[in-house]
Amino acid sequence: MSQETAPSPTADRASGHATGAMREAVVELVDVHKSFGQLEVLKGISMTSHVGDVTAIIGASGSGKSTLLRCINMLEIPSSGTVRVHGEEIGLRRNGHGESEIADRRQIQRIRTRLGMVFQSFNLWQHMTLRDNVIEVPIHVLGRKRDEAIRDADALLERVGLFEKRDTFPAYLSGGQQQRAAIARALAINPDVMLFDEPTSALDPELVGEVLTVIRDLASEGRTMILVTHEMSFAREVANRVIFLHQGLVEEEGEPNAIFNHPKSERLQRFIGSIR
Amino acid sequence: MGIDWSLLALSPPGWGGVLLRGLVTSLEIAGGGYALGLAIGVGGAFGKLYGGPVTRDLLECYTTAIRAIPELVLIVLIYYAGTDAVNRLAESLGHDAVNINGLVAGIFVIGIVQGAYSTEVLRGAIKAVPFGEIEAARAYGMPSGLLLRRITLPAMLPHAIPGLANLWLIATKDTALLAVVGFTELTMATRQAGGATKDYFLFFCAAGILYLMVTLVSNQIIRVVERRARRGMREV
Ligand SMILES: Nc1ncnc2c1ncn2[C@@H]1O[C@H](COP(=O)(O)OP(=O)(O)OP(=O)(O)O)[C@@H](O)[C@H]1O
Ligand SMILES: [Mg+2]
Repeated sequence: MSQETAPSPTADRASGHATGAMREAVVELVDVHKSFGQLEVLKGISMTSHVGDVTAIIGASGSGKSTLLRCINMLEIPSSGTVRVHGEEIGLRRNGHGESEIADRRQIQRIRTRLGMVFQSFNLWQHMTLRDNVIEVPIHVLGRKRDEAIRDADALLERVGLFEKRDTFPAYLSGGQQQRAAIARALAINPDVMLFDEPTSALDPELVGEVLTVIRDLASEGRTMILVTHEMSFAREVANRVIFLHQGLVEEEGEPNAIFNHPKSERLQRFIGSIR
Repeated sequence: MGIDWSLLALSPPGWGGVLLRGLVTSLEIAGGGYALGLAIGVGGAFGKLYGGPVTRDLLECYTTAIRAIPELVLIVLIYYAGTDAVNRLAESLGHDAVNINGLVAGIFVIGIVQGAYSTEVLRGAIKAVPFGEIEAARAYGMPSGLLLRRITLPAMLPHAIPGLANLWLIATKDTALLAVVGFTELTMATRQAGGATKDYFLFFCAAGILYLMVTLVSNQIIRVVERRARRGMREV
């Protein structure tokens, strides 16, 4: 793949896992709460993701995993608490009804271009070919030159195995192909962190592998990623940190070995037992 | 009974030229009114979907009233009320009563009527755009103006085209209603030609054929536009 699309912070993951405290924090959440009306979904979450970390977020359905991930790029606005990206706090304020809202549109738009989100249902733009999907943000948001953007897009599509499909519209592709294209689209902004929300949950079982292969490849090059997933064996394999959410709180977190082989809390033990 | 084809000659004493000029006027009004209606429709649709309660109520009144009242009544009403309002305004500003350009008045009248229908067509089409596509654009930092132009409008187009195509055909025919306010578009020109020659049948057939041709040509263009807008959609 081309140099431009390689991750800027090339942390040495092989030796880097144990030295988390030394590395720069990319995403920090401090006491994040989120309610939908009366329902409090996040009840005070704090977490930090450092350069090169692959963080897996696991937990039962409804425990707040997606909400947590979406609070990082403000697709959901936290009711209270602080989110920092590369040390910069995302400004929030209260509107007339006491609801939390974005203080500065420009700031969040700038920060969002550092965060590459991949959705459960791909969300490719259906009226554009794969290549047009990939070059859209680099050209129109980041102001890159068209020919450069196309060159990088083709390299990314090649990397996810879709170069031949570059002129195809998403509707003509399988779910696995669409999700790989969506990963290429997210990579095209050269994000500091990739955010995955259950990237394989909408896929037929036989298509899961091809997407996991792409994500595994990203992990091995040291990309910082936060991954919500139900694929426990995959989380164990690629993550260096696992966070177990239970009813809107971090119940337990640690290295995959500790979480999966020596769960401390009874809830985590039960959760891991239930999915075996 | 012989048909006197020379009556259709382009230059007098034939009436062909008058008819064609009427057709051009009709198309100008239809085109202008349609464009104005689309502009109103885009604003109206977003206002209805994302506007505050007052905006929404006002738009609801507008679309309901326009769609409830027969077009003939509306056209007479908007035409006279509109010209009257302009004149009063001019008077209150100390000007003499202005002579309102018939073409502009026609475009305005058709535009107001079309705007109400466009609002509804576009509102439905925008709602048909999967929310995830809009959310994805937001997640990558797209500002809202760009998002509207690059994602929402092109994504809703395939859903809007059948409705918008109908509105265009209706616009071409609604221009005929302007004849009641004495405006020389194709239908009025036809009536004048018929009145002068007493050959109503010939001229109304000719006008009918002209309207038919407008529709046929429009359909061809619509088909091309629709095929392009639907490129990303798989036919089932
Ligand atoms: N926009 C919303 N409005 C109201 N309630 C919501 C909204 N989004 C999420 N919720 C609720 O918040 C809770 C947590 O949802 P969330 O999607 O974060 O869970 P999750 O852990 O991702 O679950 P899953 O594994 O099923 O995806 C659920 O009870 C859900 O119904
Ligand atoms: Mg979820």
